[in-house]
Amino acid sequence: MTKKIHTITCAAQVEKLGEIAEFVEECAECFGLDVKRAFGLQVAVEEAFVNICSYAYPEGGGDATMTASAEEDCLVLEITDKGIPFNVLLLPDPDTSKDIAEREIGGLGGYFIRRLTDNVSYRRENEENILKLVLHRTGGS
Amino acid sequence: MNIQTTKESTAMVVTVVGRLDAVTAPEYEQKFIALISEGESRFIVDFEKLDYISSAGLRVLLATAKRVKGKSGAIVLANIGGTVKEVFDISGFGSIFPMYESVATALTAVEK
Repeated sequence: MTKKIHTITCAAQVEKLGEIAEFVEECAECFGLDVKRAFGLQVAVEEAFVNICSYAYPEGGGDATMTASAEEDCLVLEITDKGIPFNVLLLPDPDTSKDIAEREIGGLGGYFIRRLTDNVSYRRENEENILKLVLHRTGGS
Repeated sequence: MNIQTTKESTAMVVTVVGRLDAVTAPEYEQKFIALISEGESRFIVDFEKLDYISSAGLRVLLATAKRVKGKSGAIVLANIGGTVKEVFDISGFGSIFPMYESVATALTAVEK
């Protein structure tokens, strides 16, 4: 059994990030996600949302929907858009060992999504991109 | 996000308050571009009151560091703690930026 906690739909525009952050904060509080994990979730969701704005809707104009649910001891957040097929998880990891001069700007978004969640998966369904983030309520990641 | 600057004898102390995310990062970058064009090249960025940072924040941090490096300057960070620190740790940024426990220790280090 899954219990729906909350859902939000908003324009996929970076300026809407404040609304998204507020939504995620409410979900995390309502679920009782520990503070450190809630911070990680905020970052992971921002990265996913910003990627939707840039890649799923390269010409702008679309919406993104987030649905949070509780599944046993996990908070599950699905981020859905109707843009072009785009899987953020396929982006290569950055080389985190390089120094300032060599380090490339960018490439951290997908990496953060993977590192700051316990489980993440992508699927394309009914012409939609669906990214599913799963976080345990407590515990080490 | 709010940015305050304090001119010390050896460096410009830049205090960032609030969120450094995809919305506020361009403002951070613009602030640094302005300071660099005024001739500043040594910076201590005080993150004590930074609540949040994402890859967009790290991106401008790196972009500004590259910019001052070209002018023989430097950006060092102070007071990175709490949840923000994890983002620095997993991204590897914790090892590419000199980090100090306080603005005072950062100033001492910059003077050398």
